[in-house]
Amino acid sequence: MRSPRIAITLAFLAFGLPALAQDVKVIPITAKRFEYSPKEVHLKKGETVTLVLTSADVTHGFLCRPLKIDSDIPPGQETRLTVTPAQTGEFTAICNHFCGAGHGNMKMKFVVE
Amino acid sequence: MTKPIDRRSFLKITGTTLGAGALYQVGAAVGVDPQGLALTDLLGRQNGERVTPFSFVQLSDTHVGFEGPPNPLGTKAFEQAVEAVNALPRQPDLVLFTGDLTHDSEKEGETLARMKRFQEIAGRLRVKNVKFVPGEHDAGLDGGQIYHTVFGPSHYAFDHRGVHFIALDNVSQGKPVVGPEQVEWLRKDLARFGKSAPIVVFTHRPLFDLKPEWEWYTGDGDEVMNLLAPYANVTVLYGHIHRNHEQLTGNARHLAARSLIFAFPDPALTDDKKPMPFDKGAPFKNLGIRRLDLALQGARPVLAATEVELSSREFAGTVGIKQILKGAQLA
Repeated sequence: MRSPRIAITLAFLAFGLPALAQDVKVIPITAKRFEYSPKEVHLKKGETVTLVLTSADVTHGFLCRPLKIDSDIPPGQETRLTVTPAQTGEFTAICNHFCGAGHGNMKMKFVVE
Repeated sequence: MTKPIDRRSFLKITGTTLGAGALYQVGAAVGVDPQGLALTDLLGRQNGERVTPFSFVQLSDTHVGFEGPPNPLGTKAFEQAVEAVNALPRQPDLVLFTGDLTHDSEKEGETLARMKRFQEIAGRLRVKNVKFVPGEHDAGLDGGQIYHTVFGPSHYAFDHRGVHFIALDNVSQGKPVVGPEQVEWLRKDLARFGKSAPIVVFTHRPLFDLKPEWEWYTGDGDEVMNLLAPYANVTVLYGHIHRNHEQLTGNARHLAARSLIFAFPDPALTDDKKPMPFDKGAPFKNLGIRRLDLALQGARPVLAATEVELSSREFAGTVGIKQILKGAQLA
């Protein structure tokens, strides 16, 4: 016979986690040479979000040190990143995978309120 | 930032920049007194070859093939720099190019053509001991395939007059990284040297976090610098940022050279990473010169840096540009 504690845990795993996952805000961001869309994303300090990154052409990068983001964005797949901003402010994210002539100014902005 | 160099810092760097490059002299100031001579002998025994004075030149970011408002003169500054090096009364032993030799192109055959054009201009140097590392504009799009066919390996090492030179590639993987294979290669390369060995690393991007949001960093630069940390005499020469910069990390001194195409602004003054505008009246205005002179204060060598501007006496189209040094003479 299962103990009540195990039963509660199983029930939580069965019903609680999906419910929590659904609460996490999902933010799609598309990269293409030499820009991101959208160009600006607003976040809230302490609130976890999932960034869903896709590339419309070549492999791009996505770097934002203050938000602890450093990832490639290969084309043909989704790159999902979980972010929980720890500080308020405006932070620039850049492409850090060389993608051509306009690479040096491929960027977007996160505004954490 | 300029700090005095104590006797532990054996690799002496002094000299005069050349247009957008920099002339370095190695070892000259140490051997002038008995203490210095004793030190060179000691280091020679420890490192296998005694350091003897010589000079070398660093040129960077020639961006052959670039066309645009920040520099409508194309390769003129590069060609002018080659002439300036050739005009030195005492020729340097070697010339180092620290990346972005060419500007990237996706037109069929154009990258190779630009590299050949670069070689044609660099081939005018009287000095034939010329070394290269790639920048992201040379090797970032194809993993360095074309670069390797033209220039050979993108990381390697060699010794010259008691100084160990290490070329590192932090661009060919697309991202600003050296990569684990190269780090392991570096670990093995350094193993044969004593901790006092004078070492010059040359690469394209800074090996420390200078301005990550402008991509002025190398993701695994800490791993490289940790391997170099036990060595007392390390100088890192790099380009990429198109402006002079000097920084100390531990025992290592990092020096950025100016570009031969256009300058970037001081990131401390603006968030906007845009080339400095071209000034027709002073086409080399933002390319500038840094002079580094070593002097002795008593028995202690001190390195002094002097910023010297370039100006043009006359300027008509792409010919007739004269280069005048204000406040210094070429060595």
